[in-house]
Amino acid sequence: MADTESQPSRSRDLDKLLLRPGNLVGPNFEPGPQLRADLQEYARVLVVGAGGLGCELLKDLALSGFKNLEVIDMDRIEVSNLNRQFLFRLQDVGKPKADVAAKRVMERVSGVNIIPHFSRIEDKDLDFYNDFNIIALGLDSIEARSYINAVACSFLEYDSDDNPREETIKPMVDGGTEGFKGHARVIIPGVTPCFECTIWLFPPQEKFPLCTLAETPRTAAHCIEYAHLIKWDEVRSGKTFDPDDPEHMKWVYEEAVKRAELFGIPGVTYSLTQGVVKNIIPAIASTNAIISAACALETLKIASGCSKTLSNYLTYNGVEGLHTKVTEFVKDKDCLVCGPGVLIELDPSTTLQKFINLLEDHPKLLLSKASVTHRGNNLYMQAPPVLEEMTRSNLSLPLFGLMGKIPMDIVHVTGTTRKNDKKTSSLRKLRVVFKGVDGVIDMDTAGGA
Amino acid sequence: MAEPKTKYDRQLRIWGEQGQAALENASICLLNCGPTGSETLKNLVLGGIGSITVVDGSRVEVGDLGNNFMVDDSSVGQSKAKCVCAFLQELNDAVKAKFVEECPDALIETKPSFFSQFTLVVATQLAEDSMVKLDRICREANVMLIFARSYGLTGFVRISVKEHTVVESKPDHFLDDLRLNNPWPELREFAESIDLHVSDPVIHKHTPYVVILVKIADEWAKSHGGNLPSTREEKKEFKELLKAKMIAIDEDNYKEAIDASFKVFSPRGIGPNLQQIINDCKAEVDSSSPDFWIMVAALKEFIANEGGGEVPLEGSIPDMTSSTELYVNLQKIYQAKAEADFQVMEQRVKSILKKIGRDQGNITKMSMKSFCKNARKLTVCRYRILEDEFNWPLQPELQKYLTDEDYSAAMVFYILLRAADRFASNYNRFPGQFDGEIDDDISRLKTIAVGLLSDMGCNGLTLTEDLINEMCRFGAAELHAVAAFVGGIASQEMIKLITKQFVPMSGTFIFNGIDHKSQLLQL
Ligand SMILES: [Zn+2]
Repeated sequence: MADTESQPSRSRDLDKLLLRPGNLVGPNFEPGPQLRADLQEYARVLVVGAGGLGCELLKDLALSGFKNLEVIDMDRIEVSNLNRQFLFRLQDVGKPKADVAAKRVMERVSGVNIIPHFSRIEDKDLDFYNDFNIIALGLDSIEARSYINAVACSFLEYDSDDNPREETIKPMVDGGTEGFKGHARVIIPGVTPCFECTIWLFPPQEKFPLCTLAETPRTAAHCIEYAHLIKWDEVRSGKTFDPDDPEHMKWVYEEAVKRAELFGIPGVTYSLTQGVVKNIIPAIASTNAIISAACALETLKIASGCSKTLSNYLTYNGVEGLHTKVTEFVKDKDCLVCGPGVLIELDPSTTLQKFINLLEDHPKLLLSKASVTHRGNNLYMQAPPVLEEMTRSNLSLPLFGLMGKIPMDIVHVTGTTRKNDKKTSSLRKLRVVFKGVDGVIDMDTAGGA
Repeated sequence: MAEPKTKYDRQLRIWGEQGQAALENASICLLNCGPTGSETLKNLVLGGIGSITVVDGSRVEVGDLGNNFMVDDSSVGQSKAKCVCAFLQELNDAVKAKFVEECPDALIETKPSFFSQFTLVVATQLAEDSMVKLDRICREANVMLIFARSYGLTGFVRISVKEHTVVESKPDHFLDDLRLNNPWPELREFAESIDLHVSDPVIHKHTPYVVILVKIADEWAKSHGGNLPSTREEKKEFKELLKAKMIAIDEDNYKEAIDASFKVFSPRGIGPNLQQIINDCKAEVDSSSPDFWIMVAALKEFIANEGGGEVPLEGSIPDMTSSTELYVNLQKIYQAKAEADFQVMEQRVKSILKKIGRDQGNITKMSMKSFCKNARKLTVCRYRILEDEFNWPLQPELQKYLTDEDYSAAMVFYILLRAADRFASNYNRFPGQFDGEIDDDISRLKTIAVGLLSDMGCNGLTLTEDLINEMCRFGAAELHAVAAFVGGIASQEMIKLITKQFVPMSGTFIFNGIDHKSQLLQL
């Protein structure tokens, strides 16, 4: 103990929490230098998103005892990021966010290693995600949260009593902000509600009815959406509208102004046009800092047990005074994502192709263009072409044989589902059971090498 | 610096050009630039605050590298204020960044006049003694002050400003100002010019609900001796009446009318918050009164005279199912009334200015317009001087917090944070700062906390052992994540104070990093 005082240490402050016993701590808390070393050496955290929250998260985690971090983000830096994404400078505009963010944090915090991934989250395979102890989400889209949530929950296995197996639990912390408001939550799949269990917290954004836009516009936003959704296709048919093309945006703005003048509607500005068309969510540094800090603190507590954890949803609102509230949401026991998996009963002779077709019509799934993985083996992959070609021959084979003639097991499928008229990538965990096999492997069934 | 408009786009959507200008004109002083102070300033520098002055007399130690992002290996041994200032400058070259290598406690003691040059002082990690002194200095000099402290898994944020008045409070949810319970003649006339009994179904379903409600309320009043529905039975009947007027089930305008019918029943006149503001003694104005209170005085006159009990009309209407023509015309009627009310207010403000001997052009048209538009949302925040809170905490609140399950942990942290400062002034170190003495420190801290409680007028209350132990375990550690949280809150409150938009927090925010059940305490 004495040497922690005499030798100057970087973890001077953190040591108080990691080396000393306490009463209000997690169940597996074992304070001591070993805990500190384990955190540095073995704890691996993935930060999803390198935007307003992601930049803060990387800094906060790097200064909370973690040394092995990775970050994934598909975006490049824009000028409008600079009011809050403090790891980026004007000269970085156009570069991948993940690369710059990782580099800046490593430059300032020595000893920390951050691997950047300039990539779409869907382009990484399950093994990539399974490699982390904790996943921290700094995202601004519901679809992306939903996807990562499904990935983390896909690793979850249940024992025969339907209790989650502890070693398969992949905890997540999730943050989100809008203006002066935000939330931070802890998701322990199988224990606390997952993102999908409480999806009602994020109601889909209401769209204007097309007849209002076409016939009875009343507001500036109606005029803008008319230009964006109706007039564009009429006049510039064949050309896809690109919100990041200034010429396109200017065209929509000018058309909206014309329409507003025609109807005597005030208020169309260029800034509003951008806001409506791109669905811009206002964002500031302070709210991102608050929410990320809460997420980072929870990550530290989950990894070390040095204090109790948030149970399980914190909301922050700074609009009128300051309000924070902790809500303990409950798990949806029928959740398709964090539950034991949708049960699919099959005849042992069912081919992989037939199985894939079945997913498309299954009322709980409605999953088209599915790729199928079993225990890390790709049974059939829709993309990339090389893998498709390699796995195509499996389509005509019975799934039972492809799964090693196990009477019941977990299968992961990814494909597209439609939600609110929008195509989204979905990952689902299925419990496949073969009828009439009853745990005894029948040596006479088809297949066999 | 390129394209400030694009760079600040995401925040301009929140506080607008005016809010941004206020930030760019503000000069901020930070006391102590550990992680709490550094993170506070970082959020303001990114947003384009005018100038910052970092005051810290210490040198960077190895331990600082583990909790402060603004220093790095090359900073060790150098002035902390200088290193932090250099990093902050790198974030935004539009900000004027300065540093002063001096210990804040000494500065408070020896050079109180130093602080009068700033718009706002943010004091982090100060002990109670210096806090009280600084508070007095800033009150005297009319400089806004905010305290922030991170301490293990707890901490606090406390604003200290004599009075903060807000016109643009921008609440999330606020009832629109449609006056359906008290329509003025022009609105009534407009409604009368529209026939609800048209046979054309397209026209019928595009009559805005405002018109429907004004007409049906009129119809109701005629058959009920001039009264609007007031009992539950009557309100139900009124809704039935609306339903009966529908000629098809898909008439959204009638559905909107039924949903909005409560606006017909709601009481006329102003709400209790505004009542309190116009009754405030500061509404009796003289030549030294701030603009806000002069406009309140004019508002008081308006309500009593032309307003007939109501404030100037806000003038905007929400979107509703309607034909374009009717909607635009309705909008014009609301705007015209708002403009007429504004002109009356303008005259009243001018005559008050004249009466108190000030130039009639003293208050701009723009600020009067904004005042009229936000008259129902005016907010006044006042903060007790720290010395009073420490010496004479509000007893009923104190008792309530200590016994209320939701508040007791925050209340105990409040007491322990103060007890830790007393401990430090007795022992020259914080409780649990050194490994060897934790057990002794626990009982010492407990004794001090019990003494403090009795000084505060609470005897015989027990403090949870767990929290006292935790407090000693924390050993005054400044954890980065806690500092970023506390600093984030402080910076957000500063933005509200400087822009004079939104409503700053009241009381003392106590951070609870154990379960996040943080609380605001009004003492
Ligand atoms: Zn779930």
